[in-house]
This record gives sequence, C-alpha cells and structure tokens, in this order.
Amino acid sequence: MINILIAIAILGIISALFGALLGYASVKYHVQGDPIVEQLDALLPQTQCGQCGYPGCKPYAEAVANGELINKCAPGGEDTIKKIADLMGVEVQPLDESHEQDSSSNGPKVAFIIEADCIGCTKCIQACPVDAIMGAAKQMHTVIADECTGCDLCVAPCPVDCIEMREIPETPQSWQWDLNKIAIKQLT
Amino acid sequence: MESIIERITQGKFWPFHGGIHPPEQKHFTCDKPIRQLPLPKQLIVPLQQHIGRQGDLLVNVGDKVLKGQPLTQSMNPMSVPIHAPTSGTISAIKRSVIAHPSGLSELCIFIDVDGEDTWRARNICANYTQLSNQQIISKIADAGIAGMGGAGFPTHIKVNTKPDINFLIINAAECEPYITADDLLMREHSSAIVDGIKILDQLLSPAFILIGIEDNKPQAIKALQQATQSIEKIKVCVLPTKYPSGGEKQLIKLLTGKEVASGALPLHAGIVVQNVATCFAISDAVINDTPLIRRVVTLTGQALAKPQNVWALLGTPVSYLLEQTGFNSESALSDQQTTSTPPVIMGGPMMGFSILNEQVPVVKTSNCILAPSKTEMPSAFAHNSNEVECIRCGQCADVCPSQLLPQELQWSAKAKDHPQLAALNLFDCIDCGACAYVCPSQIPLVQYYRVAKAEIRRQQQLDLKAEKAKDRFEARKVRLEREKIAREEKQKKAAAARKAAMNKKTPAAGAAKSAVAAALARVKAKKAASSGESSATITKNIDSANVNTDVNTVNNSAEITDEKSQVQAAIERAKAKRLAKNKAAQQQPESSENIKQDISADTSADKAPTDTEAAKTTHAPADDKKAKIAAAVAKAKAKTQAKALAKKQQDSEEHSNAETDAEVSDNLNAVTIDNKLEISSLTKPALAQDDKKAKIAAAVAKAKAKAQAKAKALAKTQNDQTQQPLVEEVVSPKNETTTDDKAELSEQVDKIEGKSHTKPTTNSENNLAPAPNDKKARIAATVAKAKAKAKAKAAAKAQAKLDGAANAIDTENTNEDRQ
Repeated sequence: MINILIAIAILGIISALFGALLGYASVKYHVQGDPIVEQLDALLPQTQCGQCGYPGCKPYAEAVANGELINKCAPGGEDTIKKIADLMGVEVQPLDESHEQDSSSNGPKVAFIIEADCIGCTKCIQACPVDAIMGAAKQMHTVIADECTGCDLCVAPCPVDCIEMREIPETPQSWQWDLNKIAIKQLT
Repeated sequence: MESIIERITQGKFWPFHGGIHPPEQKHFTCDKPIRQLPLPKQLIVPLQQHIGRQGDLLVNVGDKVLKGQPLTQSMNPMSVPIHAPTSGTISAIKRSVIAHPSGLSELCIFIDVDGEDTWRARNICANYTQLSNQQIISKIADAGIAGMGGAGFPTHIKVNTKPDINFLIINAAECEPYITADDLLMREHSSAIVDGIKILDQLLSPAFILIGIEDNKPQAIKALQQATQSIEKIKVCVLPTKYPSGGEKQLIKLLTGKEVASGALPLHAGIVVQNVATCFAISDAVINDTPLIRRVVTLTGQALAKPQNVWALLGTPVSYLLEQTGFNSESALSDQQTTSTPPVIMGGPMMGFSILNEQVPVVKTSNCILAPSKTEMPSAFAHNSNEVECIRCGQCADVCPSQLLPQELQWSAKAKDHPQLAALNLFDCIDCGACAYVCPSQIPLVQYYRVAKAEIRRQQQLDLKAEKAKDRFEARKVRLEREKIAREEKQKKAAAARKAAMNKKTPAAGAAKSAVAAALARVKAKKAASSGESSATITKNIDSANVNTDVNTVNNSAEITDEKSQVQAAIERAKAKRLAKNKAAQQQPESSENIKQDISADTSADKAPTDTEAAKTTHAPADDKKAKIAAAVAKAKAKTQAKALAKKQQDSEEHSNAETDAEVSDNLNAVTIDNKLEISSLTKPALAQDDKKAKIAAAVAKAKAKAQAKAKALAKTQNDQTQQPLVEEVVSPKNETTTDDKAELSEQVDKIEGKSHTKPTTNSENNLAPAPNDKKARIAATVAKAKAKAKAKAAAKAQAKLDGAANAIDTENTNEDRQ
C-alpha cells in the first residue's frame, strides 16, 4: 500500500513538474503574429495592383492564409502560384483566367503620362498604390518610372486618357540570356 | 610577408585548384609588332564601355570634336567619361549594337573622322612625382580609365583606397589562348608600363609590387625585368602556364597563397590587382595627358590572312579591323555554308562571345577579335549543340579553379533552383569555361551559369523593387490614415470654435444666436404652417432646447403668461376667422407672427436675470398681438361671405388650440393639470356643438326674425359680462401654483389677464355692434315681407329659443378658448 502511494506521489510530482515546464515554455516561446502571412507576402510581387480583388499584396496574403484561392495574382504568374502552393502545401492551380494579364506582352511595364494632355486632375495620384506619381492640382503630373510597379490602376481614372502603359525597354543590364534565341556552344 | 617574398625569389608558388592547359595558339600574332592602322572613316563610340553608369552627353550632333576631347561627364563616382578617339564631326547620336552578348543597342556617338587627327591642348607632365595623389586620381578619372583586363571596373575607384596595401599585383599573365595584346605591349612599351606601376606605387604605397606573368612570354619577361632592375620593390614573378592563372583570385592565390573569401574583395586582404594594360593607360594619362582612346587588340584566327596586334581606336568597327587584317570569309566558310555569316568572337575563345553584327565597335575592354576557321574551331560553326547527358565523370569539378561543383550547378541551373545555386556558391564562378572545356558530353556549362546568374540578378532586382513598393504602399497607407485623423480633428476644432463663438456673451454672439434662432424658427414656422401644428408646440420645443435650470421656474411662469396671451390670441383668431372668408390668406401671417413673438418672448425670458423683466417682456408682444388681431378682425368684418367655410376652418383651429392647451399645461403643476382636464372635457362638447351652431346660424338667416337678433345681441353682451369672472377663476389657480417668491410676477400676470379680458370684450362688442346694424337694416327690409306673412311667427319663436341656446354655447366656447 505504501509503495503504491509512493509511486502515485512520485508520478504526480513528475507530472506537475513537466506541466509547469510546458506551461512556462508556452508562455516564454509564444509565437507572435501569423508568420504564414509574412511568408506569403514575401512571395507576392508587391505591385499592389489589386488585380486579385484585394487592396494590395498583404491583404491577398492574408486572404490566402485564410483559404482564398492561390491563383489570383496575375503579375506573379505561374512562378508565384507554384511558390505559394509549395508554402501552403496545396496543389498548383492554373492562373485564374479572369486574372490573366492581356497576352499582348508579358514584359514589365511602366505607366507613362502624356504630359501635354494632362489636365492636372490628381485622380491618378489618388489611384497610385505606391505614390509613384508626382503632381498637384492643375499642375502637370508625371510618373516616377523607378517607383512605378506597372499595376495599371492609374489608367482607368484618367479623364483624358493621357496615361498609357509602356514596356520597359530591354537593356544590356536587364538582358537575360536566352538559350533558345542565342545558340549556346562552347567555342574551344 | 617576408616568407612570401622568399618563396617568390625561390621561384615557388602556391598552385590554385584545377586549371587546364588548352592549346595556346599565340603563335599567330606573338612574333609581329603592334601595327598602327590608318584612321577609319567612321567611329562608333558607345556611351557606356564599362561597369557602372554612363555619363551625360557633352556634345551634340554636328559638333566638331578634337582628339581626346571628353564626350560625356558624370558626377557619379562609378562613371568614367569617354573621349573622342580622333578629330572629326559628330554625325549622329543614336542607338547602335554594342559589344555585348545580347546584341542589344545602346546609345552611341557616331564620329565622322576628318583624318587630321588634331589633338586638343595637352599638358605634358614630365615629373609626376610632384603631383599629389588627389591630382593623379583625378587625372586617371578624367582620362576615363577602366580596367582593361575584361571587367572594366573604373580604375580611379580601385586606386583611391585608404587601408594599408601589402601587395600591388600587376596582372600580366594573359592566360587565355590566342591573345597576345599584353605580351606585345610589354615588349614594346615596358618603360611606360613601369612608369604606370610607379604612379600606382605612389598612390597606393604597397609593401611589394608583384608582376605576375606566365612563362610562355619570354620576351616580355625579359623586357620587364630590364625595366624594373633598379627597383627593389618590384618582383617579376614568372608563373607556370596554366589557364586561368590570370583570374584575379587565382593570381592572388598563386603569388601570395592567400585565398580571397567568397564575396570579399582582394582589397580586404590588403591586395590590389591591376592589369598591365591599365598601367600603360595610367602612365599615358598622367604623363602624356592622353585619355584612354586606343588600345591594343589582338586580331587573330585562321580566317584572317594577316593576324596581328593592332592599335585600335576605341569605337573602331570590328568590320574595319577585319578588313585591315585580310579577313577571308570564304576561307572561313570553306564549305557550302554560305547562308550564315562566319563567326567572329570578341574576347578570347574561353570567355568571349560571338558578335552578331560586324558594326560592333571596339571598346575599352575588348582585347581580342577572333575569327576562326572551321577546321580550327568547328563548334563555333555548328548550329546545333552537341550536348549530351552528363555522365557524372567529375572532370569539371577537378578543373574548376574556384573549387565548385559544376555538374551540381548545372542541374540546379537547369531546374532554376536558385536557393540551391546560392548554396553551391554560383557567384564564385568566374566564367572561365574550364569545366566546359573538359566536359566529354560537350555540355556548355558556362552558358547555363551565365543564364542562371542573370536570372538571379534580375530576381534580386525585382525583390528589391518589390520591397521598395511594399514600403511605399505601407507608407501610403499610414499617410492616408494620418490625413484622415487630421481632417477629423480639424473638423472637430472648427465645430468647437463655432460653438464657443456662439456661447460667448458678447453682443455680436447674441445677435448671431438670435439670428440662428430666428432662422430656426422661420424654418419651423413653415413646417408648422404646412402641417397645421400649433405655435405653442414650437415654443415648447425651443423652450426645452434652451433649458436653463437656474431660471426654470422663471421660464415656467413666463410660459404661463405667454400661454395666456396665446390663448387670448387664439380666441381672437377664432373670432376673426368666424367672420373671415379668406381664412388661409389671413391665418398664415398671423401664425408666423405669433411664433415670432413667442420666440422673442422665450429668448428674452431666458436671458432675463430677474422675474419682473421676464414678465415685462412678455407683456409687450402680447399687447402688440392684440392690436394686430383687432386690425385683422376689422378687415375680416368687411368681408361677409363664405361663412360656412370659415366656420369649418375655425373648427380645426379650435382643435389645434385645444391641443396646444394640453401641451402647454404639461409644464404646469398638478393642480393646473386637474383644471386642464376639466377644460379639455369642456372643449370636446363645445366642438361638437360648433357644427350645430353653423346649422343654427343658417337657420337664423332663413328665419330673418327681428326679435331674434335683438335677443342675441342682448345675450352676447351678457355673456361678455359673465366672461370676466369665469376667466379669472380659471387663471387664478394657475397663479397660485407659482411660488410665493413670484408674487410680483403673478400680479403682473393678473394685469395681463385684465388687459386681455378687456380687449376681447371690446372686440366682441365691436364684432356685435356692426353686425346687429346690418341685421337691423336687413330686418327692416324684411319687416314688410314679414308682416305679409303672419304665419311665420310661430316658427320664429321656436327659432329664438334655439338661438338663445346657441349663444350660451358660444360664450362657453370663448371662455374655454381663453383658458
């Protein structure tokens, strides 16, 4: 009888000890926030274009973390979908057709304001998600090309249609080796 | 450090890992002197010829330029200017294909050569030792010198260093096959090169200067050794020939045994490496004030009839150079493959690239133009890659000078596995091509690495841009939030300021307040007029809005008097309307007048510090009102039509008056409420009897009896007499309910009552006096008729009785109205 009591007492003490340890650890090493959202946000292209139907990349990342479809990011394309699928452990889905970019060109684009036509309405400035348009009321506006994400959001609000999306010309600095275009061969 | 020098003097070196021994092929050009070429017709000078940024244009189309004149300038430290290689006219500034594997176009300056080769003014500096370091560096920068070994790093940045330099290494290895440009330069211009080395020595003051040169250039070694005999510091280190010993890190390892860590610069190890051609350019720039406008280019390959090293002006099109050296495209294309142009390679066979257009100009980094024949280099002519699968032989890893794993890299590059490539240190690859050279499967490994490197760089740029966009997006969100809060605060402040201005007891504020109150009242009056609401309700509303607890009782008492005057007014109105036909036209102005008066009475009551004042202010408007009503009544009397309509409207008016009473009495004490109940109970039957009255009146008109009229007149005067005690009875309890303190007020209220009593009485007398006269006249006219009709008498008597009853009701009505 005494032995049983001793056994129970010892086990009780051990369980209390480990319980306290676990409790302490859960408080001490508590993970703050939702790291998956941050990871998803890092995968998205950060154009803030809103083509996914969310007002920016972070809101879409949050939505994906909460079960939204992963195939709504048009600027990211298949690569981004693949990365998100890897991260979320879901199957790769083809890019949603309604979110597909126009097939005319896939190159990165930048907004361009035809300054002679600009009436200075500031509508595009309000639409720009990254504040990449300079200007003031009744003053000519212009796009800071380096900051422009090519999201297209400024084109629609322009009352005089003076904004167009132009492709960024390829330079030797941005040029990509294309093994299909240039025959690869070792010369020696 | 001493041990390093000891080892070097003993001729021992630290071998680097890997390396290959490809056929040297230097015999084509190594035994011929550097040839001076005639001036080409046109030069194409790209704005950017090196790593970094291009400068801003200084010239325009049509400008005459002199030899050595700068064409661009820039404040950017990573930028060096370009200069006109000879005198001439700028014919165009446009995009043209540049020396780049992509074959893309960049902005170039086209110079039509005038053939005079006129120099700009030059300052020959015989004694460079007198120049300060800063002067030398600015001279180097202004001369547009960029590393001439291949990468083209701006030299003035490389020599402008602070930390102590242990070794200055002059790279004269020239390890790539075919190329002999540096070899010939060393042979012919060793003294100039040594001058350049001395200038670098002055700038960097290193402990030792090591010239690394491969043992396949005996004449150059001899020339350098002779030129540096007198200088203890300079050691000419003869290295065994092995590709790629000319690689910066490989040369450092060979000479010093030190390995430069991945991602680090040699400078961190106290080592600066300069190409031998750069040393020549430095001496030319500092001593002769000659900018970098020409360089030695090896023109070689079996497709050339006269392969030779030439002094080529920068911007000389490759086609001109090939032409000068007897390029035989037919011998290159020995077979029937005339469909494609023969390959021309810029740079060496290991690290160069095919140029797609022979208009490509020579730039600062172009050291060799290779035009091979098909037998010499069949792979350059092959249109399809002979690549087969990797057999995992591992030879590539054996020869890699950077000790990487080329086959692993290749797989990861094909799979675009960028993290894995980074883990395999792809960026330590120097693109030497040794792995591809030994590959039995003929896999163009370097090409895969180049693609992968470019992709990773692009991805890094995109990531950087994405990060920036994210920051800007977040910043914008914060800004919008801040602006929203600021706007709300501003609105709040403005509202508070308005309120404060209103509550100030200044006359201006009071005026503003009353103006607002008047405006409010006007709006409400309109509403009341349209909905038929009584003015008293408005009064009450305004009262409750302006609640002032301190003078609550005052308000109450003021209201009492006010209400009394209202009641009286209502009575007047009722009477007026009884007589009026054009009721609508009359009522509206009246009611609005009432409202105005009520409001003014209320506001003054609010402001009034004492009870008496409040009471007094209420008097005046009440009196005014009576006068107005009297006038209105007088007008109404003139009109004697549409009695039935007037009565109906009056009925509704009485309804609303009764309601007013009910509402007003809410403000009174319980005693008053009891009285009210009685009043309201009286009002209801009175209203019901009004209809009867109308009928009776109609009947009276029909009857047209004299006696009746007289009786009525008498009855009315009697009623008026009885009115006074009645009203006083009703009013007195109200006054009693007010507190004793307000004795004065109640007295004055009584006075008002008195006034109001007398006036209606006179009014009613006025009302009645003309009316009987009219009647009398009519009666007189009808008497004749009546006499003729004797039978009507009985009916008339009955009617008289009815009329008396009607009159009694009338009096009651008026009494109630007054209350």
